[in-house]
Amino acid sequence: MITIVRKELADYFTSVRCFILFLLVLLASAAGLYAAYEGIRGVDISTGFVFINLFTTRGESIPSLVTFIGIFVPIIGIALGFDAINREYSTGTMSRILSQPIYRDSVINGKFLAGIITLAIMMATTLLIVSGFGLRMIGVPPSAEEIIRLFIYFVSIVIFGAFWMGLAILFSVIIRNLAISLLASLAVWLFFGFFYTMLIVPAVAKTVDMYLVLLRLSPNTLFDEATMAMLLPQSRGLGLLASGEVSYMIPNPLPLGQSLLIVWPQLTTMIALAAVCFAVSYIVFMRQEIRAT
Amino acid sequence: MDKKIVLETQDLTKRYDGNTVVDHLNLHVAENEVFGLLGPNGAGKTTTILMLLGLTEPASGSARIFGFNSTREPLKVKSLTGYLPERLGFYDGLTARQNLRFIARLNNMGNDEANQQIDQVLEAVGLTKVADTAVGKFSRGMKQRLGIADVLVKEPRLAILDEPTAGLDPEGINQILDLITGLPKMGTTVVMCSHRLYEVQRICHSIAILAAGKLVVEGALDTLGREALAGGRYRIEVETADSSPQLVEIIGKIKGVKSVEVEGNFLHVTTDSDLRAAISKAVVDNGVALTQVKMQEFSLDDIYKKYFKEG
Repeated sequence: MITIVRKELADYFTSVRCFILFLLVLLASAAGLYAAYEGIRGVDISTGFVFINLFTTRGESIPSLVTFIGIFVPIIGIALGFDAINREYSTGTMSRILSQPIYRDSVINGKFLAGIITLAIMMATTLLIVSGFGLRMIGVPPSAEEIIRLFIYFVSIVIFGAFWMGLAILFSVIIRNLAISLLASLAVWLFFGFFYTMLIVPAVAKTVDMYLVLLRLSPNTLFDEATMAMLLPQSRGLGLLASGEVSYMIPNPLPLGQSLLIVWPQLTTMIALAAVCFAVSYIVFMRQEIRAT
Repeated sequence: MDKKIVLETQDLTKRYDGNTVVDHLNLHVAENEVFGLLGPNGAGKTTTILMLLGLTEPASGSARIFGFNSTREPLKVKSLTGYLPERLGFYDGLTARQNLRFIARLNNMGNDEANQQIDQVLEAVGLTKVADTAVGKFSRGMKQRLGIADVLVKEPRLAILDEPTAGLDPEGINQILDLITGLPKMGTTVVMCSHRLYEVQRICHSIAILAAGKLVVEGALDTLGREALAGGRYRIEVETADSSPQLVEIIGKIKGVKSVEVEGNFLHVTTDSDLRAAISKAVVDNGVALTQVKMQEFSLDDIYKKYFKEG
């Protein structure tokens, strides 16, 4: 399996696709940094957290870096996974690989692992670049807690990306045509990213509770909530609060443990979603017939 | 003919959506021979191969390669067997050498061993010059040759080649066929599928013909040829300066000769065994000038046609 991971990684890092994705990500970090540059002076620093505001501050017209990441991570996941299996079939390399003395699952495991490693490297690079430039810009070093919060945020990015990659790999196992498999993944992404939260949920939900439950079926919502709790320590709950309740809340940040406690369900659900996607593709792939024609 | 059987199938059967594609197939391939698997398109050749390699599960029956069950011990089978698929594909972005190295690594070969082996097989298929060119730039024929290299790089004891000469020019075909002919001497048994009968006739020792998933005939090529054309007998063609009735009579009396037909200066002799020497001697002893004696060749075409007329 290590051989396959190595080859896939080599493929990813020499491919034009990865180059373009890296450019996109760099562009997003630049935009996010600019947003922080514009907005960070207006930030309330009474919470004691300065550094992580780099990631969550919006500019006058530019959204914050976390918003960019929320949009780009699914795209990267899909771009890395949509042709994982079906390309091997369409180029005729699958039967050649499978006739070598390896277990069949090491093909799909290797591809998934290589994709996650690529994604993790990309996102780690982004966060580090932004941190570095940001540090230079604001001159306030991150506290230990901020570093931990950022790291957990990084982990949740990778899990979120793994879900989208798992979904894309699932489509690549089921659908033989490259273009259709890409479109199918993108359709799911559009559905959850836009239609689901903006149109369907508000239309269907009768109560606030139901609204929240429905929203949380979407991986995007889960990721947004995880981001918020980790990077905005002053947020104390996820979801809607009555204005009466808000007035009783002391406006100070939550300790790390409490923030973690808030997002724990979100994180585990995302892990579960990613695992389900991967498991289904695994099973389908293992049972797929290598047909003569 | 007590050769070791390296590949054996027992009532191997495969069904797709209710259609029986391979039907109770019993094949036997002896060690160090070139075995030809023939049959029209859709006869189940490729499906059979996929089952042999354990890539597809048979509905019933079993296949054994070097004594290992293909379905239950596919890794052992696949480490001994090289497979050249009909639709051959490589990673276009990688060079020939990189493609082969990937396969060598999947076979747990060490770096030094792999490099040495890769150089050797590239040399054998004549691709040394383009070893470091991306495969995407290769012509169809070069890819096909790389495919053969790809099979040989793992030093298989059995090579299964599905249409090894497809898409090659005549010179390329000759090279590949020569290469395949040399394999048994290096300890590799070959099973090949092909539609080109003359190729099969040139290099195969034994053949099996499949039709609609069933085995039509299996056996050594020369035996099959005699059976197809002369009911299992030999046919010898004798050309003399003067084929007099006397001569016909004398030849007819040689032990083992079944019949003699005259056609101009030609005598068609049907015999039980190879009697060319005895016939020539008889002709010369009778003072008749002998122009030529030859065994009639059986073309695989004839065999093929015969069985498909019957079938």
